[in-house]
Amino acid sequence: MTANPGWVLLVSAALFALGVIGVLLRRSAIIMLMSVEIMLNAANLAFITFSRMQGTAEGQIYVFFIMTLAAAEAAVGLAIIIALFRLRQTTDVDQVNLMKW
Amino acid sequence: MFDWIRDWVLLNPPMLAFVKVITVVGVLMTSVAVTTWVERRLSAIIQFRLGPNRVGPAGLLQPLADGIKFLMKEDIIPDAAHRPIFILAPALAMITSICAFGVVPFGPTVEILGVTVHLVILDLDGGILFALAATSLGVYGIVCAGWASRNKYSLLGGLRSSAQMVSYELALALSLIGVLLVSGTLRPTEIVEQQAGWFWNWNVFGGWQFVGFLIFLIAAYAETNRLPFDLPEAESELVAGYHTEYSAMKFSMFFMAEYIAMITASSLAVTLFLGGYQLGIPLAIEGPLLWIIQVGAFVAKVGFFMFLFVWVRWTLPRFRYDQLMDIGWKRLFPLALANLAATAVLVAMDVIRR
Amino acid sequence: MNLIGFILLTLLSVGSAVMVIQRRNPVESALALAVNLISIAGFYLLLNAQFIALLQVIVYAGAIMVLVLFVIMLLNLPEDPRESRSGFFQLWLAVGFTATFAVILRNAIRGQLADATFAAPTAGFGTVSVLGHELFSRFFYPFEVISLLLVVAMVGSVLLAKRRL
Repeated sequence: MTANPGWVLLVSAALFALGVIGVLLRRSAIIMLMSVEIMLNAANLAFITFSRMQGTAEGQIYVFFIMTLAAAEAAVGLAIIIALFRLRQTTDVDQVNLMKW
Repeated sequence: MFDWIRDWVLLNPPMLAFVKVITVVGVLMTSVAVTTWVERRLSAIIQFRLGPNRVGPAGLLQPLADGIKFLMKEDIIPDAAHRPIFILAPALAMITSICAFGVVPFGPTVEILGVTVHLVILDLDGGILFALAATSLGVYGIVCAGWASRNKYSLLGGLRSSAQMVSYELALALSLIGVLLVSGTLRPTEIVEQQAGWFWNWNVFGGWQFVGFLIFLIAAYAETNRLPFDLPEAESELVAGYHTEYSAMKFSMFFMAEYIAMITASSLAVTLFLGGYQLGIPLAIEGPLLWIIQVGAFVAKVGFFMFLFVWVRWTLPRFRYDQLMDIGWKRLFPLALANLAATAVLVAMDVIRR
Repeated sequence: MNLIGFILLTLLSVGSAVMVIQRRNPVESALALAVNLISIAGFYLLLNAQFIALLQVIVYAGAIMVLVLFVIMLLNLPEDPRESRSGFFQLWLAVGFTATFAVILRNAIRGQLADATFAAPTAGFGTVSVLGHELFSRFFYPFEVISLLLVVAMVGSVLLAKRRL
């Protein structure tokens, strides 16, 4: 027996939903960044599934670019978290409310 | 009986892979034991003293004695350590070291009982990438060990070691791309096949990859945390670095993981640059005798590189950490880029023909 | 595709994703995310995309997660305290999003993909040479642009993390 594309897309959707829940419910900036990575990976999985269904290599090229983008975004995001931590000694995003007085 | 072997093992891909894995893991473990003996005797010769010569003839049973000692030592886990990750880390280091050996072709395509068998566990299309992936994952064992010990020195040692490994992975990957340009394929079996014939056909000579070979070797020394790049685990610097809090069998797993990583790095260097199992001298014989000679040639070449590892360790002083990172980023990485550019030009000008 | 492998990988990836968002210790979350990324690479292997699977392990699990682990360990981030709960609004937003998403997805999958199966893979699907060919012919311009983006990201992250400019 083999798995259908619908099932793989369900897994991708479940991962995406878990990523969104992670972003909404956690307040540590690093965990939020990791949840965003989960979302990106879910999208990658969907791309590869569709590429396999169509038989072309386009979806895989898109995944290639998304992976590169995710790497760049993780690097910049972590640099921001480091800078923020140096300033406020916390990664709790509720405490980063400098502009609100 | 041979029919049973042919039907149930040779023609059954999962079972064949299983048998290959068992064989390779067994040989690797034995090689680790032999390497410890070689290291201790060779270091003794270099330092003008006698090595272990009490246990068995010329100390040959010393690894066995060491193994029994490690098994019977008390296994201490510090109270403050994070238990799940503390126990997981040595296993992680071992698994990734052994996995990287899966794509190395240790022999030619042989015919056993009429069935064609490739003497390689995983004949992947992107074989070199698999070895690189397994090496990248090797960082986790060290980082987890350093953090889970809840010990300042361990954490620092673990972070330093993983930063070093990540830095030298770049130069490693770039030297591999030089080989890719010359060979046109990432499949190790095809790369070895292209280096058949005389020894000047090997990638390091005829493929103009001499600089790439040196870069790969230096990066391999840094990846396996061997001298001259072993500051993270040097005794006088950080107690014992990331494996300070480990005792008995867990420590010996780190130890074995390091030696297996050495063997894997040597095997990759031999496969990609020095012609793998090719003898280097075209012989007129065919069949099983040639296959045995070729497997023996592979073992001999890997053995030479292990000897080189031990020789360099006991000859050169170690680098300071900032010198180490300086070499990795400011000297080896630009050199690897230059090697890549030069190889690309040479391939485009058709100087290297494959 | 191997069904047993698919079920195992589903359990592994969903389980590790739940661990990422549930654990309070950031190092445990990061390690769970590494397991998640490797299981996604397993999915790619099941779908015959070998090159992308290996790239996923090298780039995501081998480089990005190591970077995240470095940051967590160097900043010595503490465990999340038990009192830190997100607000009422976020909780109900999460529930509402999941419900809406599930309904939309069910309709989409019932509609178009109910009877779809995977055809046999085309020759050379997912191999390095096919992808390389596409990358350097059709997608050459995005390839160059993304290398520029990487340079920008490098400069940006170094500048942002410096103590004194």
